[in-house]
Amino acid sequence: MSEENNDDVITKLVVTSSDSVLPIDAAMKIYESSTDIVIKETCFGTMVTGPREAVNKVVKEIVDLDKNHIFVKERGFPPGDDRRCRASRGGGSRPGFYFLKEEAMMLPMIGKALDKYDEHVPLKDTEHKKKLGVKDLRDIVESSL
Amino acid sequence: MAKVIIYPTNSLILSDLVQRFGHTPIAMMEKIKEKVTTVGVDSPPMNITAEEPKHGLKYAAVEVPAGVRGRMAIVGPMIEEAEAGIIVGESPMAFGCMGCARTNELTKYLIRSREMPILELEFPQTDDEGQEFVYKIAEFLESLPESEGDSEEATE
Repeated sequence: MSEENNDDVITKLVVTSSDSVLPIDAAMKIYESSTDIVIKETCFGTMVTGPREAVNKVVKEIVDLDKNHIFVKERGFPPGDDRRCRASRGGGSRPGFYFLKEEAMMLPMIGKALDKYDEHVPLKDTEHKKKLGVKDLRDIVESSL
Repeated sequence: MAKVIIYPTNSLILSDLVQRFGHTPIAMMEKIKEKVTTVGVDSPPMNITAEEPKHGLKYAAVEVPAGVRGRMAIVGPMIEEAEAGIIVGESPMAFGCMGCARTNELTKYLIRSREMPILELEFPQTDDEGQEFVYKIAEFLESLPESEGDSEEATE
């Protein structure tokens, strides 16, 4: 990656949670594009690095493969950065991976909800768990005596 | 296009949803990128320099730990820049890079203190909650001012 003109170089994380699109499909889409970008395939999806316009263009193409089940966010560090990459840090998950993993586990749920939103499925009334009030707690304590 | 600050500030889901519905997410990742790629600011293996805790004094008192002030030096300007906010609570994974619980409390407090549209939610556990989560965020984002001109980012 060129060190010049760093302002225009961005990295985006493309996290796939799709039944029809695999991370390799997303990667192939990028390989097909003739733009000057670098990609890294990971267990959760793909990291795309390059000039802002090229990255946005390619990411849009990937998202269009299954738009409600592919999620994107920008990443601060470039792929393989010594401060984050576990290859140079002696193993273990890289910092930031725990949150990403937690969120990746929620993505099928969010994807389904986005599908429903697009189909204009009305929202169901859901019951929310309430915290136990002090008065109720006192009643329970007293009733068990 | 409104600038929407998200909490957790590095959330994939929130960042994606805000962009998906045509607004600009104000997220930690872009600010960290500026820090780690700007020549002269970078101080490996740290992301911030000794200057940041001084800038953080604007948001937290001097007796507050340097870690909080250092983080606030990045988060504080994000909050000032925002025109709307989405706060998602009950986030058991708000540790790691999200770090410090006190910074998180202060961040939420400062977002709530701003006079701007704010949506507060909790992370969903079930499909029904997930549906409500997405619908509420979509409704909130659609109620914000419409995008002006073409969107620079392209995730939709």
